[in-house]
Amino acid sequence: MSTATPTVTTPAPPPPPSTGARVRKLLQARETGIVLAFLVVLAVTTAINPSFLFSKDGWRDLFLTPSILVVLAVGQAIVIITRNVDLSVGSILGLVAYATGRLFVDTGLPILVVLLLGILFGVALGLINGALVAFAKVPALVITLGTLYVYRGVMMSWAGSDRINASDIPSGLLSFGTSSILWIPSLAWISFVVLAIGAYLMGRTRGGREMYAIGSDPDAATLYGLQKTKRTLLAFAASGGLAGLAGVMYVARYGTISSGAGLGIEFEAVGAAVIGGVAIFGGSGTVLGAAVGAYLLMTINRGLPILGIQDFWQRAVVGLLIIVAIVLDKVLKDRQHKKLLAERDAA
Amino acid sequence: MTTPNTRRRGLARVVPAVAAVLGLSLVLAACGGGDDEGGSGDGGGDLSVTFLPKNLGNPYFDASSTGGEAAVEEFGGTFKEVGPSEATPDSQVSYINTLTQQGVGAIAISANDPEAIGDALQEARDAGTKVVTFDSDTNPEYRDLFVSQADAKGIAAKQVELIAKAIGDEGKVAILSASANATNQNEWIKLMEEDLAANHPNIELVETVYGDDDDQTSFDKTAALLQKHSDLKGIISPTTVGIAAAARYLSDSQYKGKVALTGLGTPDQMREYVKDGTVGSFALWSPEDLGYLTAFASKALIDGDIKGEEGDTFEAGKLGEYTVGENGTVILGEPLEFNKDNIDDFNF
Amino acid sequence: MTSLIHPSDTSTQPRARSYRDHQRPLWQRILFSRDLAVWVALVVVYLYASATVPFFDRPITITYLLLDVAPILLIALPMTLVIITGEIDLSVASTVALASVSFGVLYDKGTPIVLAAVAALLVGIVCGAFNGFLVTVVGLPSLAVTIGTLALYRGIAVGLLGTTAITDFPDGWTDWARGRIGESDIPSIMIPFAVLAIVFIVLLHFTAFGRGVYAIGLNEGAARFSGIRVERTKLVLFMLTGVVSALAGIYYTLRYGSARGDNANGMELQVIAAVLLGGVSIFGGRGALPGVIAGVLLIGAIGSALRLADQTADVINIVTGLLLVVSVVGSSVLGWVSSKRRSRGAPDAPSGTTQSTPPQPHNNTTLTDPDGPVGEREREDR
Repeated sequence: MSTATPTVTTPAPPPPPSTGARVRKLLQARETGIVLAFLVVLAVTTAINPSFLFSKDGWRDLFLTPSILVVLAVGQAIVIITRNVDLSVGSILGLVAYATGRLFVDTGLPILVVLLLGILFGVALGLINGALVAFAKVPALVITLGTLYVYRGVMMSWAGSDRINASDIPSGLLSFGTSSILWIPSLAWISFVVLAIGAYLMGRTRGGREMYAIGSDPDAATLYGLQKTKRTLLAFAASGGLAGLAGVMYVARYGTISSGAGLGIEFEAVGAAVIGGVAIFGGSGTVLGAAVGAYLLMTINRGLPILGIQDFWQRAVVGLLIIVAIVLDKVLKDRQHKKLLAERDAA
Repeated sequence: MTTPNTRRRGLARVVPAVAAVLGLSLVLAACGGGDDEGGSGDGGGDLSVTFLPKNLGNPYFDASSTGGEAAVEEFGGTFKEVGPSEATPDSQVSYINTLTQQGVGAIAISANDPEAIGDALQEARDAGTKVVTFDSDTNPEYRDLFVSQADAKGIAAKQVELIAKAIGDEGKVAILSASANATNQNEWIKLMEEDLAANHPNIELVETVYGDDDDQTSFDKTAALLQKHSDLKGIISPTTVGIAAAARYLSDSQYKGKVALTGLGTPDQMREYVKDGTVGSFALWSPEDLGYLTAFASKALIDGDIKGEEGDTFEAGKLGEYTVGENGTVILGEPLEFNKDNIDDFNF
Repeated sequence: MTSLIHPSDTSTQPRARSYRDHQRPLWQRILFSRDLAVWVALVVVYLYASATVPFFDRPITITYLLLDVAPILLIALPMTLVIITGEIDLSVASTVALASVSFGVLYDKGTPIVLAAVAALLVGIVCGAFNGFLVTVVGLPSLAVTIGTLALYRGIAVGLLGTTAITDFPDGWTDWARGRIGESDIPSIMIPFAVLAIVFIVLLHFTAFGRGVYAIGLNEGAARFSGIRVERTKLVLFMLTGVVSALAGIYYTLRYGSARGDNANGMELQVIAAVLLGGVSIFGGRGALPGVIAGVLLIGAIGSALRLADQTADVINIVTGLLLVVSVVGSSVLGWVSSKRRSRGAPDAPSGTTQSTPPQPHNNTTLTDPDGPVGEREREDR
């Protein structure tokens, strides 16, 4: 039985720096593993079909296809690190995408204002989740399962049967959604910026470290005086805001918004985070890992047809990947735990 | 009950009850659920026609329901549209059951599965409701009449003709379909395969992929198709969702103008792609007319003018007179071809 | 997310029974139980809808309602036990689909239908055993495992059948699945359900195994020390969930006369929503089957009433979601308020907890109580 973090005999929650450094090293190794897996998939598919990587579209899709999932996975990683989960991101994505579309149709607001409003709307929806989880002391799984239904239902009754077509969206936004800067699609740049900010906040600031502490041992964190409520609210607001941003990106990329936008993507987001080494019981993993997990997931999805696997089997492969990833994590963790115990006994 | 202790007192435990009742009463009050609009309930002779599309929020079915509503207003019946949010047969069954209870005059349904909803439809008919399928049929024994958009051979032949014209009658083509179980899609694909094999020996059909009538999936599947077959010459997408998504992908890819795209789409969705040269031509019938004809066929059944047997004739308002063909099928007409010369004449 | 996802999580509430609850007479305990509240809600909703929604008061409504919720009713039985132990199984709907497809494919290949059904049940057992193996032997969190197997089993089901649906099952079987008991309005599927419900109620509420299930949910460590075979219990529960899901899959196939890879899409969320609505705590250790059965019927009845009132799927979604959130949050908040009131009003109230936890190495034994903020308990204990 191992706890999520290497425990030490003193009740102070932050682990001593020496173990911290070692944990970081191990995590780096973990991410190296996913990056390697990603490169292998890329190499094999490109060997079979060079255009997978070396054509203009292949290169573009490599970055473009995962960009929305990367943003969602970063948000999901933050929430999972605090030992929660957010199943409502797919519904938030859909609701914000529709709201954004409506704003374009019904108001003449400039694109940037609408984008900001979309993200703020996502933050608000995330705060509803966070408030319910933090104040009512109810597990996130239940709350976000409920809001998954509610937000999707609100979107459907609002949208009714009128969907938003590409012709309703300003052409500036649509061309941004398909444009490239320095050979990399603009949407991918957005996901990189989100990833960089997320990685900095989670890895290098006090707030981020507190989230890890809360996730690895909520009670110890509370006793230590960390503001659990505030951090939980922040985590859900981040996840909601990022899902809102993903909704806006969805509009830019796809142009049409039907009532099925983002349906079922929450499992992919959780899957990407888990594959990327974010432990589902909180307190470990990085947003970078989650992003690489999203890349791996989407690239495999695109690569399977080229490997001659019928696309019906894609979901099975994704499921298998998730299972392999968590088993691998467990093995690594046990090994590390043994090593730490041995070190402690030696000391 | 020997449940482990909970510290909550009575008040807390009644919460779900209160919540459930309040929620339901609020919803019903807000939606005016108290007023009876289910028709007379005996099912006989009341002109209430309920449209039950594959799923709500699909522009194609929005158009067919619009046509249906116009027709029902014309003959003075009651129109209603209900439906599931996802195109699955099990969710359609619940709605068929509900309509059976309400005893509507006729159900106009586009089937998500030829078999799975059959039994529920049979129950509705036993209760005196007429069943008309449109767009996608069930097995013939489960319905009174099928209103077909065009006969399957004609649709398949039209699409093969358009793609052959676009790629110069030789090269590799692929099909982007809707969901793997869609009755009408699979029939067209089978007929297209036969037609290609028999009459177009130089065209090779390399793959059929499924975009589930989901915009995003279809878009991503188009990308994957072009990745996998670098020498692809053309794509046929016999579904309105698929062709629009494929056109959007092509319009800003390196393949624009190099890979031909045709299939079944609505002019509104395809207008900009025809104008910017991504798509040369595509085909469709008018979904509004399809709904309109379906509503009139339902009326003829309710009134007892026709039984759904071969040779029966009925009047369909502005569309004129129609005759029931074999297997209780009514055919709307030949599909229209849309291209840059005529696309601006249509609005649906 | 506490015990749900952490095998050795101590923030579940290892509460022994306090005497206070047993001071109340039996009638009060029954009257104020969560189960009864859900049943009352069900009756009230039924009466209200009968009065206001046209056609709702007819017997046929009950027939259709039971036909629709039968698979959810079946799967909710073992799912309740799994959630009481503090685990969760999100792969049930995918198991339904996989069993449905296996059943269809085997029958299509000429296997006698009884054998095909048995094979489908075996597929369910294997699915459950695989989940259980990963959770108990490898020691992985069930939430992550079953998100993985949700995709895996569904993927295999869709992959096996591809574009086709298998139909043409023998009429005798499909008629039974759609049929009713004699001349009544109760569908035949309710007979196997009733048998299973009795088996599960006895198992959970009247056997040592069932008490073990609660004990694991309340405090896994303590359960292990008192001799309960935690791993074996969980493995059995996952296998039961698998086999019952497979049974639901066979019923599904026969009722719709069609084996498809997308059968029961999204049903896992409906099952879990119903179980939680029925008063089972996601933290584990609390809940009872009668309440769960009422919870499933309540969601079904509300959906049925709304459809009859010409509402579409979106309103039904909103109501289902709100019901789930309000019932869980409401009882949590009110419980917290009443415990506050109690702790003020009864200065020397017996403590709500007896620390039966043996000291575990490397574990902080401060216990949180989901009904109240951390710190409130300590004050009560002083």
